[in-house]
Amino acid sequence: MTPRFAPGVRLHEDKARGRTVVMAPERMFVPDEIALAVLRLVDGKRDEAAIVAALAAQYDAPEEVIAGDVKALLDDLATRGALIRG
Amino acid sequence: MADAPLALLAELTHRCPLRCPYCSNPVELARAGTELSTGEWERVLGEAAELGCLQVHLSGGEPTVRRDLPEIVAAARGAGLYANLITAGVLLDAPLMARLVEAGLDHVQLSIQDAEEAGAERIGGMRGAMPRKAEAARLVREAGLPLTLNAVVHRQNLPNLSRMIERALEWGAARLEVAHVQYYGWALLNRDALLPDRAMLDEATRVVTEAQQRLQGRLVIDYVVPDYHAKRPKACMGGWARRFLGVSPAGRILPCHAAESLTGLDFPNVREVSLRAAWEDSPAFNAFRGTGWMPAPCRGCEHAEQDWGGCRCQAFALTGDMRATDPACALSPHHAVLAEAVASAGAPDFRYRGFTREDILPSHDVRLSNA
Ligand code: SF4
Ligand code: SF4
Repeated sequence: MTPRFAPGVRLHEDKARGRTVVMAPERMFVPDEIALAVLRLVDGKRDEAAIVAALAAQYDAPEEVIAGDVKALLDDLATRGALIRG
Repeated sequence: MADAPLALLAELTHRCPLRCPYCSNPVELARAGTELSTGEWERVLGEAAELGCLQVHLSGGEPTVRRDLPEIVAAARGAGLYANLITAGVLLDAPLMARLVEAGLDHVQLSIQDAEEAGAERIGGMRGAMPRKAEAARLVREAGLPLTLNAVVHRQNLPNLSRMIERALEWGAARLEVAHVQYYGWALLNRDALLPDRAMLDEATRVVTEAQQRLQGRLVIDYVVPDYHAKRPKACMGGWARRFLGVSPAGRILPCHAAESLTGLDFPNVREVSLRAAWEDSPAFNAFRGTGWMPAPCRGCEHAEQDWGGCRCQAFALTGDMRATDPACALSPHHAVLAEAVASAGAPDFRYRGFTREDILPSHDVRLSNA
């Protein structure tokens, strides 16, 4: 399960508002800090487990705790068409 | 102070080879000679990004009639804007597609007028449009760009809604927008031919809801319901001058592409003022911003900050008063006019919008007949 951004979807620096947003066809999503941390790891190479492991190291938290959040977020964005779960 | 806008609707031209009877372009169309130049658009796109816009919707009319479209796309991307092309697709051939991709185009929204050729030709008023659209869709997907199909639905094509959804799948769209006609401009002139009755609407809603479930993960379907059967109006454009601004082909800066239908507001022009000055300080943008301008029954209404009193253009078109509560609201004293329109709908003939043929396309496949 290697997530990647769907065509036309990318992270974008919204300089005017000092935040990072997910730009997508005719829409955008404003990720919170956790979601953004996950999305920054979505590169089409890391699979879901690797993303969880990287976050666990980054935030010094147990993988079991993080895994649920990561899955929920990836599922949500996949349903909205922003991510493809390879 | 006003929040910054999120997106710019850049109406590059009013010229279009199609003549949809529900076109939201003003009934008085801007001629080619008055259109903004490439350089002017480049400046406007820079100003939009600087003001805080994140996306630009390149639309029209038909934006691909402009030969400088690739330069305009490149300018949008150069300014950091997400570049979205809204097109009927009939002029989108392989060389143009290649130049647009090269310029950095992010996404294409392609309109379809009906599910099958005959209906689509009748509604769009252009012979041979459907195969060209199919080819445009193929080129977009081949280029690796995301594709959205946009289907404007009404009395004449609603029975074919399921087949329009099949087209979206067949053509490789990731999204489908199913939008009921909004009645101002040309659409208001054609309202009797376009407005569906309650049973048609309920069936459409059922078809969409079923498809949304069934196609989850394959196709995202966005559905815009019609005002004429509603109890509450839509927050038109997310509220007047709250999230979007538009620039017309001749450079007028508008809170919405339909706002030129309002008489008595003086919209600034990019040839005279900056987008920022128009957005922040112009009387036209401030006229209906927020809730302070609202008369009863909107004033003090608990929904005022959700629907912002509805659509100003619809209020003006149906009541003659652009400050009035949108008649789509059940609390409006004019709400009954919508039910009356629904009751009297059913006229089969369209009045087409049109330039003369020479203004549009130098070829001969633009048919100026009626069905
Ligand atoms: S009265 Fe005005 S604010 Fe209240 S629901 Fe109707 S349109 Fe919206
Ligand atoms: S109120 Fe008028 S200007 Fe605003 S979105 Fe509606 S039609 Fe457009």
